[in-house]
Amino acid sequence: MAVISIERMGLLSVFCVCLFFSSAFAVDRGNFKTCDQSSFCKRQRALKPGQSPYRALLETLELSDSRLTLQLINDNNKVHLLLELYRLQGNMTRVKINELKPLKPRFEVPDVLIAEPPTEPLSVLSKDDNGIVLSLGAESQRLIVSARPFRLDIMEGPEVLLSLNSRGLLAFEHLHLRKDTQAQPDGAEVKESVDGDQQQDEVEKDEDGEGDKEQDGLWEETFKSHTDTKPNGPTSISLDFSLPGVEHVYGIPEHADDLKLKTTDGGDPYRLYNLDVFQYELYNPMALYGSIPVMLAHNTQRTMGIFWLNAAETWVDISSNTAGKTVFGKMLDFVQGSSEKPQTDIRWISESGIIDVFIMLGPKPSDVFSQYASLTGTQSFPPLASLGYHQCRWNYNDQEDVKSVDQGFDQHDIPYDFIWLDIEHADGKRYFTWDPHKFSQPKEMLQGLMDKRRKMVAIVDPHIKVDSGYKIHSEITSKDFYVKNKDGRNYEGWCWPGNSGYPDFTIPEMRAWWASMFAYDQYEGSMENLFTWNDMNEPSVFNGPEVTMHKDALHGKWEHREIHNIYGLYVQMATAEGQIQRSGGVERPFVLTRAFFAGSQRFGAVWTGDNAAEWGHLKISIPMCLSLGLVGVSFCGADIGGFFKNPSTELLVRWYQTGAYQPFFRAHAHLDTTRREPWLFGPENTALIREVIRQRYALLPYWYQLFFQAYRTGMPVMRPLWVDYPKDTVTFTIDDEFLIGSDLLVHPITEEGSRGVTAYLPGAGEVWYDVHTFQKHNGAQNLYIPVTLSSIPVFQRGGSIIPRKDRVRRSSACMENDPYTLYVALSPKKFARGKLYIDDGHSFNYDTKKEFIHRSLTFANNALTSSNLCPDCNFLTSSWIEKVLILGASKPSKVVLKMDGKETPVDFEFDSSMSVLTLRKPGMNAGDDWTLLLQ
Amino acid sequence: MTCVHLLLTLVFAVSLGTPVEIQRPRGVPLTSIQFYVENKPFTCLDGSRTISFDRVNDDYCDCKDGSDEPGTAACPNGSFHCTNAGYRPMFIPSSRINDGICDCCDTTDEYNSGAKCENTCKELGRKEREVLQKMAEITKEGFLLKQHLIEEAKKGQQEKQSKVTDMQGNKKQLDEKVEVLRTVKETAEQPEKEAKERHLKAWEEQKAAIRLEKDKAKMAEAFLELDDNADGFVSVSELQSHAELDADADGTLTETEAQGLMGGAEQVDTSTFESVWPNIKDKYHSEVSREEADMSCLVSSEVPFGQKVFFLEKTVVKLSAQKARDDFEEAEKALREMDDQIRNIEKELSFDFGPDAEFTYLYSQCYELTTGEYIYRLCPFNRVSQKPKYGGSETNLGTWGSWSGPENNKYLLMKYDHGTGCWQGPNRSTTVKLTCGKETVVTSTSEPSRCEYLIEFTTPAVCQEPANTDLSPHDHEEL
Repeated sequence: MAVISIERMGLLSVFCVCLFFSSAFAVDRGNFKTCDQSSFCKRQRALKPGQSPYRALLETLELSDSRLTLQLINDNNKVHLLLELYRLQGNMTRVKINELKPLKPRFEVPDVLIAEPPTEPLSVLSKDDNGIVLSLGAESQRLIVSARPFRLDIMEGPEVLLSLNSRGLLAFEHLHLRKDTQAQPDGAEVKESVDGDQQQDEVEKDEDGEGDKEQDGLWEETFKSHTDTKPNGPTSISLDFSLPGVEHVYGIPEHADDLKLKTTDGGDPYRLYNLDVFQYELYNPMALYGSIPVMLAHNTQRTMGIFWLNAAETWVDISSNTAGKTVFGKMLDFVQGSSEKPQTDIRWISESGIIDVFIMLGPKPSDVFSQYASLTGTQSFPPLASLGYHQCRWNYNDQEDVKSVDQGFDQHDIPYDFIWLDIEHADGKRYFTWDPHKFSQPKEMLQGLMDKRRKMVAIVDPHIKVDSGYKIHSEITSKDFYVKNKDGRNYEGWCWPGNSGYPDFTIPEMRAWWASMFAYDQYEGSMENLFTWNDMNEPSVFNGPEVTMHKDALHGKWEHREIHNIYGLYVQMATAEGQIQRSGGVERPFVLTRAFFAGSQRFGAVWTGDNAAEWGHLKISIPMCLSLGLVGVSFCGADIGGFFKNPSTELLVRWYQTGAYQPFFRAHAHLDTTRREPWLFGPENTALIREVIRQRYALLPYWYQLFFQAYRTGMPVMRPLWVDYPKDTVTFTIDDEFLIGSDLLVHPITEEGSRGVTAYLPGAGEVWYDVHTFQKHNGAQNLYIPVTLSSIPVFQRGGSIIPRKDRVRRSSACMENDPYTLYVALSPKKFARGKLYIDDGHSFNYDTKKEFIHRSLTFANNALTSSNLCPDCNFLTSSWIEKVLILGASKPSKVVLKMDGKETPVDFEFDSSMSVLTLRKPGMNAGDDWTLLLQ
Repeated sequence: MTCVHLLLTLVFAVSLGTPVEIQRPRGVPLTSIQFYVENKPFTCLDGSRTISFDRVNDDYCDCKDGSDEPGTAACPNGSFHCTNAGYRPMFIPSSRINDGICDCCDTTDEYNSGAKCENTCKELGRKEREVLQKMAEITKEGFLLKQHLIEEAKKGQQEKQSKVTDMQGNKKQLDEKVEVLRTVKETAEQPEKEAKERHLKAWEEQKAAIRLEKDKAKMAEAFLELDDNADGFVSVSELQSHAELDADADGTLTETEAQGLMGGAEQVDTSTFESVWPNIKDKYHSEVSREEADMSCLVSSEVPFGQKVFFLEKTVVKLSAQKARDDFEEAEKALREMDDQIRNIEKELSFDFGPDAEFTYLYSQCYELTTGEYIYRLCPFNRVSQKPKYGGSETNLGTWGSWSGPENNKYLLMKYDHGTGCWQGPNRSTTVKLTCGKETVVTSTSEPSRCEYLIEFTTPAVCQEPANTDLSPHDHEEL
């Protein structure tokens, strides 16, 4: 949460009160920089496309098995850069550009790549004075290095897939000494923009003589009352990418914007800078809590990705030659055979570091996901319970309150798995402690939940109250683990507890120490059913520039400027590690984070931060989570009901209906809102909410299997339609509906007073079944669906098999041994396929001991067969198959179960109106081999 | 597949001490046993279909109403009956069967989950009886107290009622008295008034006479001034020398105009000047300007004189008028006070103090509870407030709104609203939950939702008449 209740925060200074009061009802844009107010962005953006001053020095080429190096020279300032090219396994190319001889090392982001990416040999196909042609292996893919000016083109056959520096926007502000003291003989005029390094140098010269040095914020920069001393001066970098034939680009979260990225001409670029934005606005490119510098480009032929590995403040410009064209204009081009091919141009600008880019060449969407996963890892496989429903509020007041909310769920027969405690649970916001009055017996409380097979999450934020009597603070102090300010003293800022220190999570020893604090004997009152939530880890500093840390604060020898966007990742990493360690490496962690970076998917779940109880915020939750899913973070959700303000009952119900079909399913509310537990809105609405939470629980086997798949392959759980229908251009801009896996299509109702929606069902020649009525609909159509308050349009794809547990209980753990019902939705060719995954739901034994069941379920030739996908796995389940529903079936005369060489008849019923065949209680164990024959 | 027990043999100890065996499917209450006849087709309780008896409790849901699976978790809407011998029988949702959590104190819900449940029914029953006994004692004593409260309230109410009636009688008299005194006062004030009027009139006359005299003097003076040649006549030409008398404001007083002013005469003597003077006196500028000062001097010197006359006169009449006035005011004040009293009592009588006025005693009382941070103060039928323990101003948590308990007994909750507004939030409000107790005490305060407070308050006034003596409520058919 980012808001302060004036009345509650007696501790806070008047300063904070003013800060927050002034921004009471909407984002105060003035608190956050525009590109114009961020000096490097302004300088870089002033540089327009044109001839690049860079030239490749082909004579410096060195080629080893896997790596090519080559020097570049800026003909204006004669500074040499070093270009490194790698061909990576799995159809990727890595491009690194750094100064050949930097004054001191430039920052390279650690801990994001899971390993040094394995390479494949590069070979020179041809070389002349103009450039080099390299082979990227099969498929006639080539990488062309042009020498003058320098540019890179990746080609497949005659087609250019992607070009770098084709617009000449490569710019590298090289490290140099400040020249204040030198006399300036020329008295050159001040120029307003950087033109490659040439103008940059001129700017520097100008500043030397004319006292203009602060004008461009090169060596110092002031925003509002905060001055950023920039001892290293200007260090920004920039590079352009051109994507011929591409009109749709996605990704680079986190922004409250549409799924398909917009062109940024005439506005600000998309900004990536982790910030605690109070009451964020929708549909703009402002930075939010997390940053993943990965963009996907898609057309009917190919999907590609660009991963810009840089943790400093970053801006991304997007332009397109077709963006301004009307549909008519495009038609005209088509009719007249206009030679102009659609093209999207991207430009990345970062404040410091080096250029380190991974180009993922696809070609299929699934290839890009696995390519990116091979670099930064996959979604951590969460404990099953964390896929259930989470009940959160700022704050559940005390143990009594927790107990009565817990009982409320049972009284109203609503399942839930986790109840959450926000910052008020701790003793004076000293995390790892409990309020001695309100939560005096935490273990008693946790045991009470454990008796119900439920769990709890308590918040642990990374700002540490400066208080010598507080163990966490005194240990961090004595171990010298705090972030330092520019003068080398401990950095302090205001946050919830008042004056706070910020542990330096970039230090591995600090992270190890932090992890050790989660041991049961360290974190007093904790038990194995207590999990963690990391909030405010952008980091949020109430009195800092843009409500975050000063860029000139120090993490060892590196400025905060260099690592800003990865700070939050480290917090979650250390916390998750702590949870793993406390169980001796046996139990899976569950940690929710607000700030994130590339790679954060390895550590847990993410939510979209402090949204509001408005229909627009419900709607935006879909593209926000879809964007995250495309770049690795599958475990995403939005605060149900909206964090700020009070939702109308209709909005709350609709939000539950939407959230139940999104990966992370948690209701949350601000301290100042009225209570909104599911049963507080009258029996009818309680019933509606109960129903949708039950739908979620029934589908947990499917969600769990999808998360297993995401963990294994990097495939997003919640995904845009185009991922599965990459050639259907209609799907490219759809972000009001989505797929869960490949087999469920959801079109949530996000409009107030809705009486009907039009859902697009993709797939020519395919069919979809309404999961509530089993009615069959054809694919490739816009289907109008009349709706009431109880409607949740969800469709199962014909050709799929979804296992469900229809016996919904009060928590997921209670459902462990329950039987499955298989929903077999037949394709027009009477075929269907699905998977079933079972393990203990909470430990790493699936990984360390291969203790899981993974089965393939196939319906073909009137036989449904379960076969083992992991013969060397071993896990025993007491779950069995209680029912099989075959949608789109015809009536058999007889159904037989074949198992262990024996055949037994199975009872069945056939509903001819909807063509649903129900097999009654076939009864086989879910882990067995079997075949059900329809005769 | 889970092991399924179709039938269950239950052994019960009944009050007579003879063991009786009752066979019935698991989870079925005795009241429904007739629907589950072994080896006879079973018809779902909603009548939707009939199935063979071996499908009852076979861990597969056949009936839409869940009635074929009273003892398994197969049906989403089923319910399971636990006998809970020693405690109270209950129904639980069938989703709680074999979910690893002990719901029935007799452990019957967890027959196949591996959950280690202990039969706690006896203990629960004992505790419940203890609690009920204690409650019953409290209720009993509380109810007695309540009777006193009711009596007192009735007495008080009657007293107040009769007081009001008395007062209304008295008020009538007082009303009359006030009217009489008003007449007396007005009569007494008559001479005073007349004297005042008389003197005012005399004063006006005096002023007019002085003004007339002044005018005459001024006229004579003007005549002398205008009669430049001192021939005892003012001529047209002499008048023309005073341009300010110009009638058409063109700056010059023509001969014709001057003649017009003089009524057509060529010249006038002092006596005929009297008829000319009114035509010119408003515009006429004296050559020596001192009359105004004289006049004002004269008038101001006259005032004290007139007043003095009046005061003298007044003191004479005052003696009688003032007393009448005082008497009247006193009576009127008494009347007002009585009105207030009547209104207050009527207001009090108008409050809904419960069906038997048992809450009357709370009126105009206040009850406090000190917590870690605050002192909470509940003044029933008035307001609720909160004050920081260590200094700071009081916050209004709501003023009396209404009884807001459930329909069957609205007197279990009080609602106070329109308290001090919350920052970015609603106005504070408080719900007071009343429970039966011997003492009238605020037992706890909380803020379940932001700016919505809950106060728990015990009072004998909500104690119900104790149920008839028997403290064991478990005499259900299954014991």
